[in-house]
Amino acid sequence: MELNQLTIHELQGKIKSGKTSAVQIAESVFKRIDAVEKQVHAYIRLMKEEALAAAKKADDDIKKGNIKQLTGIPIALKDIVCTKGITTTCGSHILHNFVPPYNATVVEKLSAAGAVFVGKANMDEFAMGSSTETSYFGVTRNPWDLERIPGGSSGGSAAAVAADECIASIGSDTGGSIRQPAALCGIVGLKPTYGRVSRFGLVAFASSLDQIGPFTKDVEDCAIMMNVLAGYDSRESTSVQAEVPDYRQFVGRDIKGWKIGIPKEYFIEGIDPEVSSAIKKAISVIEKSGGQCIDISLPHTQYCLAVYYIIAPAEASSNLARYDGVKYGFRTAEARDLLDMYKKTRTQGFGAEVKRRIMIGTYALSAGYYDAYYKKASQVRALIKRDFEEALKKCDIILTPTTPTPAFKIGEKTDNPLQMYLSDIFTISTNLAGIPGISVPCGFTASGLPIGMQFLAGHFEEGKLIQIASAYEKNAKIEKRRPQL
Amino acid sequence: MISKQEVEYVAHLARLEIDDAQKDKFTSQLNDILLYIDKLNELDTKGVEPMSHAIAVTNAFRDDKVVESIGTESSLANAPDARGEFFRVPKVIE
Amino acid sequence: MEFETVIGLEVHAQLLTETKIFCNCSTKFGGAPNSHACPVCLGMPGVLPVLNKKVVEFAMKMALATNCLINKSCSYARKNYFYPDLPKGYQISQYAYPLAEHGHVFLDVDGVQKKIGITRIHMEEDAGKLIHDEHNPFSYVDLNRTGVPLIEIVSEPDMRSPEEAADYLKRLHEILVYLEICDGNMEEGSFRCDANVSIRPRGQKEFGTRAELKNMNSFRNVQRALEYEVKRQQYLVENGGKVVQETRLWDDAQSVTNSMRSKEEAHDYRYFPDPDLVPVIVDDTWVEKIAKELPELPLAKRERFVKDYQIPAYDAGVLTVDKALAGYFEDVVKLCSSPKAASNWVMGDVLKFLNEEKRDIRNCPISATALAEMICLIEDGTISGKMAKDIVEEMYKTGKDPKAIIAEKGMVQITDEGALSIAIQKIMDANPNQLKDYRGGKDKLFGFFVGQVMKATQGKANPQLVNDLLKKMLAG
Repeated sequence: MELNQLTIHELQGKIKSGKTSAVQIAESVFKRIDAVEKQVHAYIRLMKEEALAAAKKADDDIKKGNIKQLTGIPIALKDIVCTKGITTTCGSHILHNFVPPYNATVVEKLSAAGAVFVGKANMDEFAMGSSTETSYFGVTRNPWDLERIPGGSSGGSAAAVAADECIASIGSDTGGSIRQPAALCGIVGLKPTYGRVSRFGLVAFASSLDQIGPFTKDVEDCAIMMNVLAGYDSRESTSVQAEVPDYRQFVGRDIKGWKIGIPKEYFIEGIDPEVSSAIKKAISVIEKSGGQCIDISLPHTQYCLAVYYIIAPAEASSNLARYDGVKYGFRTAEARDLLDMYKKTRTQGFGAEVKRRIMIGTYALSAGYYDAYYKKASQVRALIKRDFEEALKKCDIILTPTTPTPAFKIGEKTDNPLQMYLSDIFTISTNLAGIPGISVPCGFTASGLPIGMQFLAGHFEEGKLIQIASAYEKNAKIEKRRPQL
Repeated sequence: MISKQEVEYVAHLARLEIDDAQKDKFTSQLNDILLYIDKLNELDTKGVEPMSHAIAVTNAFRDDKVVESIGTESSLANAPDARGEFFRVPKVIE
Repeated sequence: MEFETVIGLEVHAQLLTETKIFCNCSTKFGGAPNSHACPVCLGMPGVLPVLNKKVVEFAMKMALATNCLINKSCSYARKNYFYPDLPKGYQISQYAYPLAEHGHVFLDVDGVQKKIGITRIHMEEDAGKLIHDEHNPFSYVDLNRTGVPLIEIVSEPDMRSPEEAADYLKRLHEILVYLEICDGNMEEGSFRCDANVSIRPRGQKEFGTRAELKNMNSFRNVQRALEYEVKRQQYLVENGGKVVQETRLWDDAQSVTNSMRSKEEAHDYRYFPDPDLVPVIVDDTWVEKIAKELPELPLAKRERFVKDYQIPAYDAGVLTVDKALAGYFEDVVKLCSSPKAASNWVMGDVLKFLNEEKRDIRNCPISATALAEMICLIEDGTISGKMAKDIVEEMYKTGKDPKAIIAEKGMVQITDEGALSIAIQKIMDANPNQLKDYRGGKDKLFGFFVGQVMKATQGKANPQLVNDLLKKMLAG
C-alpha cells in the first residue's frame, strides 16, 4: 500500500512510530496527483508548494513530539471555503480571481490541528448542482468510471478522496452535496447538524441550509475530522453553543437494542434495483448487529424537493447579489452605464444553472408571489421538521438509500434541470430539518459503481451516526476495492 | 405559469440579461420547475408558523469593541476598478 | 375648497456606537475612504454578520423614551436591491418584526398638547457613499459608512401642518441627543428625515395621494419643502390636476421639490427573513435595566424647571433644548440660588455669545461657577447690573473669573459713604446754579447730579448709595 492510500488513523500510527514523515506522505499524494489528476480533474488549484512547506513544518513539530490531531495529514478543501491569500473561486467565473483576505473558520481549525492543504477541489458553480458539471473550471470525473459524474456539488472533494489524491477532504452540503457524491464515489461523507460546524468563510449558497462536513475513507477518519471541525464560533450568529463530544469514542461501539426507522416514503418507484437490493442487504447486516428495524413514516417527504427548490434559490438569489463587479471578481469589459455593467457582469460571470436558480429565487420572493412560494415553503418546511421529530421519538436512527441511482453519465441530465434535482431526493429533507446525516458505502453494482446508504439522527447526534456507521462498516465486511485508474 | 414578460421582469430585478434565443428555453424550464413546486398547494398550512431557521438560536450578540479594520489597500485589493482610495463604477444613467 | 394637510415622517438616526451594527469596524466619521471596512461590511463572500448588542440597547432607549411597546421578539430581514453603495446587494433591516411599535410623543400646538403617534422603531444598517464625477462618466464608492447602525422612526400620519412636522422633528432630535444615542448632526447626515405629505378636502376621511419628500438636510428645509409641496399639491388639485404617488427631491437652491421618478425603479425589494441572523428576544428584565439607564427627558425636565425654579415655561423650554445647557443652568442655580437671574444671564448673554460664534455650551469659556459668582456679586451689591454686562463679556473673551476682571479694571463699586460724600460736595460746589434751581423746585435736576457723580467716579459708585446721599445732601 502506498502512503496516499492509507487512512488518517493509519498514517497517524506510522507518524507516531516514526515509520514515515509528513513530507513523505505529501510527496506520495502529489505523485498520485501527477499520475491521475489529468483523468479525474478533482482540483481547481493545487497547493503543492504550500503543502510541502506545511509538511516540513509538521515534521519539525513531530520531531519535537508535538503531534496534533491532523499533523501531516494531506487534506483537500472544496473551493467554497475561503483561504487567506489563495484564490477562492466557488467554481465560478465571477470569482475566478478572488483572493480572500481571511480564512474560513474551518481552515483555521484544520490548520491549527496540523493539516497539510493539498489544494482547492472542484465543485458545481456556487454549489448549485448534483454532478460537478456546472463548474466554470470543467467537469470532475468519477474515479470508478471516468464516463460518469462523481456527484455534486462537492464532486472534486469526493473524487480526490476516492482516487487517493488526498487523505480526507472538506465539502459543503446544502441539499446533499456531501452525502450524494460520497455515495457515488464509494466513501464516507457526513453533513453535521446545522450550527455544529462554523459557516464563517463558507461562500454562501443557501444560508439556512448550508453546512460544512468531511469526506473520509472510513468512519473512524470521519470521527477524527469531526473532532477538529465541530464547535461554536462567535463569528457566526447561527452557531450553536452545545458541548462537542469526542467523536472517536463512538467508533467500534455496538448498536444492540437500537431501533432503526425505515421510512416507507424513501422506498419509491424509480429506485435502481441494484441500489434497492444493496440497501436490503445492509438492513439485514444492521439487524444482525443488534439493531431492530421498524417501519416509520415521514409523511411530507414528497414535498421536500419542492420546498427546497423555493427556499434554496430564494436565499441564493439574495446571497449572490453581491457579485456585481464592484468590489471583487469578474467585471464585464463593455459597460455603457451602471445598469449595463451589472447586467453584463452577472450574465457573463454566472453559468446557466446559477442564473436559473437566481431567476427562480427572485421570482419566488417578488411582489405578489412571496406568500404563495416562499412563505408556503417555509410553512411546509416546519411540517417536514416536525415529521423527523415525531419519527425520531420512535427510533434512534433513520436509514435510507443516499441516492436513487448510482453515478449517471456525464451530460445525461444537464438539459433537464428537474431530473437533475431529483437525484437529491433522499438527501434534501435532512438540510430542511437541520439534522445530521452520514453516507457510508454499502456495496457495488454489477458494473462496479459504488452504492451508498444514509443514516439520519436527531440534532447534535453525530455521535450516534458515527456509532452505527462504524458498527455497519465493521459487520458488513464490504470488500475493499480501489478504482482502477 | 410564468410568462415571457415575467421572465424579463424577474431577469431585470436580478440584473441578468437573457437573450431571445434563451428566453423560450428558460421560460419553459422555469415553468417545469414551478409546476412541480405547485404541488405544495395540495397542503393546508393554515396556522403553521413559517420556519426560517433550522435550529432555534436567539440573541447572538457581539460587544461594541473596535477591531482594527483591514485598511484601504486591502479593501480595494480585489477591485476590478479602483482609483485612489475608491472603488470606481460607471455612472448611473438617469 | 379648504384643504387639510396630512404629514407623516420617517426619521433615520445614526447611533453613537463605537462599532458598526454587524462587524467590529469603527463608526467614526471622516476616516480615509474605505479604511473603516472589513470583509463583513465590504460584503465579501462567506463572511457573516453578528449583531452589536449596544445597537439593540440604544434602540430600546429610544423606544422607551417615545412610549413604544418593545416586542418580546424581533428579527432581521433583507431588503434586496442593487446599488454600488450597498455591497451585499441587500440591506439588513427589520420588516415584519420590528423592535418596537405603538409609541407617541407630545407636541405643544397653540398651547394644547397634541399626541403624535409613532408606528414603529426598527434597526438597520446604513449604506455607503457614492461620489459622482462631474466631468467623467464615473462614480466613486466609499464604504466607510456601510454598516453604521441606524434606527428608523416611523410616525403615524398625524401632523397637520409643516410647522407641526418641524416641531415633531425637533422633539425627536432633542430626545435622541438627550439619550446620547445620536449626535443629531443633520448636515453630516447622522439625523435624516423623509416626509410623506398629502392633502385632502377638510372633512374628508380618506387620505389623499401622498408624495414622499427627500433630501432635506435641516429643520428649516423640512418645513420649507413641506410648505412648498403643500402649495404645489393644492395648486394641482385646484386646477383639475391629480397628485401622483412618487418620490420628490427638495432642491434647496431653487426652493422647489422635483420628481425623481425617472431615477426610480419599480420597488420590489423582495424582503425575506435574514437566515444569517437570529431573533432578538427582549425580556422584561432587560427592558427594566435599560429603563433605569434613561436620563430625565426634555419634557420632564421642562416641567421640573417650572415647578422647582419658578421660572417661566418659555425659559424652561429654551434651557432644556440641550441637555448640556440645562445642566449648565442647574449648576449655576446651585451656586447662586437665584434661578430667574441665572435663567436671564444664560438665555441672554451667554447664549448670545455662543450663537454668534456657533459654539456649543460644552465649550463655553464662562464656567457655570464663574457665572454664578458673578450673579452673587450683583446680588451683594459689589457690582452693578450694568457693570456685570461688561464683565460677562470680558469673561467670555478671556475665560477669566469675575473677581479677577473686577480687580484688573478696578471695577469695584464705591460704597464708601465718606469718599462719596466728599465727591458729592465737590460737585455741589462746582455747580452752584444747578444747586440753586434744584432747591428752588426743579426736581428734574436730580438726574443731572447723579450723572455728575457717576462721571466723577467712572461709574463705579453704588447707584443706591449715590441716590441716598444725594437726596440728603442736596436737600441741604
